[in-house]
Amino acid sequence: MNLLLTILFDGITYASWLFIVALGLTLVFGVLKILNIAHGSFYAVGAYAGASLVGWLLSIQMAPAFSLVALFAAAVAVSAVLAPLTERGLLRMFYGRDEVLLVLVTYAMFLMLEDITKLLWGVNPYYVSDTYQAFGTLHIAGQSYVGYDVLLIGLATGCGLLTWWVLNRTRQGKIVTAVIHSAEVAASMGVNVSRIYTLAFMCGVFFAALGGALTAPMISVQPGLSVGVIIVSFAVVIIGGLGSIEGAAIGALIVGLARAAAVHIWPPAELFSIYVVMAVILMFRPEGLFQRIQARKI
Amino acid sequence: MITFSAKRVLLVCALAFAVLLGLGFVLPKWLVFLGTIALANGLVSLGIVLMMRSGVVPFGQGLVFAAGGYTAALLFNRLGITDALLLSVLGGVAAFCISLPFAPLLARYRGIFFAMLTLALSMVLYGILMKTDTLGGSDGFNVTRPTLFGFRPEAAQSTLLLWGVTAGITCLMAGLARVYCDSTRGLLSLAVRENELRVEYMGMSVVNLVAWNYLLAAFVGGIGGALGVLALGHIDPNFSYWTTSGEFVFVAILAGYQSVTAVLVSSLLLELVRSFSSAYFPNTWQLVLGIFLLLVIRFLPDGLGSQMYRLLPKRPTKD
Repeated sequence: MNLLLTILFDGITYASWLFIVALGLTLVFGVLKILNIAHGSFYAVGAYAGASLVGWLLSIQMAPAFSLVALFAAAVAVSAVLAPLTERGLLRMFYGRDEVLLVLVTYAMFLMLEDITKLLWGVNPYYVSDTYQAFGTLHIAGQSYVGYDVLLIGLATGCGLLTWWVLNRTRQGKIVTAVIHSAEVAASMGVNVSRIYTLAFMCGVFFAALGGALTAPMISVQPGLSVGVIIVSFAVVIIGGLGSIEGAAIGALIVGLARAAAVHIWPPAELFSIYVVMAVILMFRPEGLFQRIQARKI
Repeated sequence: MITFSAKRVLLVCALAFAVLLGLGFVLPKWLVFLGTIALANGLVSLGIVLMMRSGVVPFGQGLVFAAGGYTAALLFNRLGITDALLLSVLGGVAAFCISLPFAPLLARYRGIFFAMLTLALSMVLYGILMKTDTLGGSDGFNVTRPTLFGFRPEAAQSTLLLWGVTAGITCLMAGLARVYCDSTRGLLSLAVRENELRVEYMGMSVVNLVAWNYLLAAFVGGIGGALGVLALGHIDPNFSYWTTSGEFVFVAILAGYQSVTAVLVSSLLLELVRSFSSAYFPNTWQLVLGIFLLLVIRFLPDGLGSQMYRLLPKRPTKD
């Protein structure tokens, strides 16, 4: 029973940060139709920016609990600077091209951002574990849970619900949905599609950076962060169905629980359990769990 | 679409092999080594181009690259098979066999789902290789100098021998790929790319066609993996990692799906850019590579192959 609870909690915690990152990825794909490999780099930049800002706050004797605000601020800053720069300055040149070509454009961005991150922050690891410990430990049903992990679960749920609410219950969200369905028709109705693209990309980068910033207190922030996270995020959005928020949530849970089960039951399977799950799901649901059926062209 | 007769293709390949072999004696050793790696990697990208012609792009060709590489390395170290030619063919056969159960399944997928499923398979292999200590785990293991028909070269001659084998196999594979592309099945692949439903209406099994293209790509990729490990003298799980697969896809995109020669030229170009950027910009070589990729995608959207076709003399049409 204890093992089951541990797997469940570890799985949900892992799924939480993964969902935040995957939410950005699925949003960008839904609106811009780009499977963004550079999303992993935005995650890494978010982690570095968060670690730097929190490190500075701690050095001036600020209470570690304030770090949470700093982590959010870091994600906003990364999104505000990097998203318009890459979307307006680079991606715009390639809109309308083949989707594989667009994946390669983001792969090039990924390579560039890898080195830019190293140039800005160096290769030495950053530690801001004080924030992780600042939220104490919770004791439930004889088990101890780190407060920061519980907070992370709450934040991920909040991010998901807020995004769902904005997309489904606000005017701006309905405009975005219109662009998702048909950018041409939306443009003919007077929607500034170009602005929606930039906004959607900014939101996507924000979630990637937020995922990175919130993970920074749990790990040592060092080069190589982006490589691992992007493929796992891809697995999540593919399992859930590209462009679906509900799908990303379920996908993150499936991946998180599969990984946690592997770690606790058969550790050697940790590295490939996620991909086995993805392959099995795609065998039965070829376009993911929440993908709408599309007509084939004749 | 320009097609070539099989006889003419094989003649050009024989000529190309003779030229490449001659260059091996003239060019500096480092360039010959780089060329060997480029041709070995180019074979994997050649397989991707075969698939691209039927409208799908595998993002997990690291699977067959690693399968071929590990097979050659294990046969070399455990069974004492040291012949470069035999190891290459066996690498290709192993990659073909490993891909065989997946081919009918993968052939039903299209677009990004095909890409991601192939990537998942390569990452599963990566995970298994990382945790299998008998295969060297994350460190991998080394392979020494191969032989050819019983001849064991000195250290200085080894690079040249492997260059000769790689150039020979590559020219043969490139020629066969050209013949296949110009065959009925090859041309039908292009039709699948345009509209697969129409091809089905014509009575052709699209699934069968895509599955066979995948298997052919696996065979060629496995040979590339075997040659790669013999050239490098070392193998590790990174052969199957997604970034390795990404580079193969990039070479295929850079080349385009029209020309087989363009694939090998693109692979050499990528190796040269990577080599020079890591030599002259050791801390920012990925930045340089990224800029190079962007420039290529921006200014050569149809690949090098399309430019090469423009240079070919135009033949008058019969009607």
